[in-house]
Amino acid sequence: MTNKPRIKVPDQIRKGEIIQIKTLVAHDMENGLRRDQAGKVIPRKIINRFTCSFNGKPVFACDLEPALAANPYFVFSVRVDESGLFNFTWTDDDGT
Amino acid sequence: MQSISRRKVLSLAAQLTALATAGTLSPAYSAPAEAAAEIAKFTAGVVPDAGRITIDLPEIAEHGSAVPLAIDIDHPMTPEIHVVEMLVVAEANPWPRIARFHFTPMSGRAMVATRIRLAGTQTVHVLAKTSDKRILMAQRQVKVTIGGCGG
Repeated sequence: MTNKPRIKVPDQIRKGEIIQIKTLVAHDMENGLRRDQAGKVIPRKIINRFTCSFNGKPVFACDLEPALAANPYFVFSVRVDESGLFNFTWTDDDGT
Repeated sequence: MQSISRRKVLSLAAQLTALATAGTLSPAYSAPAEAAAEIAKFTAGVVPDAGRITIDLPEIAEHGSAVPLAIDIDHPMTPEIHVVEMLVVAEANPWPRIARFHFTPMSGRAMVATRIRLAGTQTVHVLAKTSDKRILMAQRQVKVTIGGCGG
């Protein structure tokens, strides 16, 4: 675990309502194209997968490429028919 | 929160209509080879329908390192018919594929907003695949003043 992600989900909603979830996680998303001061290429290190599930059921997922900006930010929607728990995962190139 | 005036909304709507018509009128769909290959892989031979996808991207991005992108697809999201997958391609980026999003009927609405890197002025393509194997497509031109891919 590198950084604590910031997630915004409404606490209480009506059944069947479509809500928007906002997530932000701090990550450099090194794209493998930049060079350091010595001119060496900084190796690629990005978050390549983001998933969101609700009560164990997948809701939304994204395969990320280096073209996603640093500190990946997502807004997406979910229709909620029952109370439950959201589970979010971010997977890095090195598996963390 | 910024408020949007009625005039702004109307002009934007007009622009989008113009864009949509331009998109349907252009006979050959020209994207640089790599991007075209990505798109071909995604469509797998299905002819894409234009429209239904709204891409919200600034006309001019001062810096390409974090360009706000919002996509909304006007499509039902029921278990029987929904948008399954969406691909975003930037034709002039070193790797044209930007991201691939996966939706489920539980998404309620096929929308997403994020921030992307753009290497330069170019066209961004959005393709979506529905559960009944149709492909929707839209594109949007962006002017980028400073590229955002380092290097």
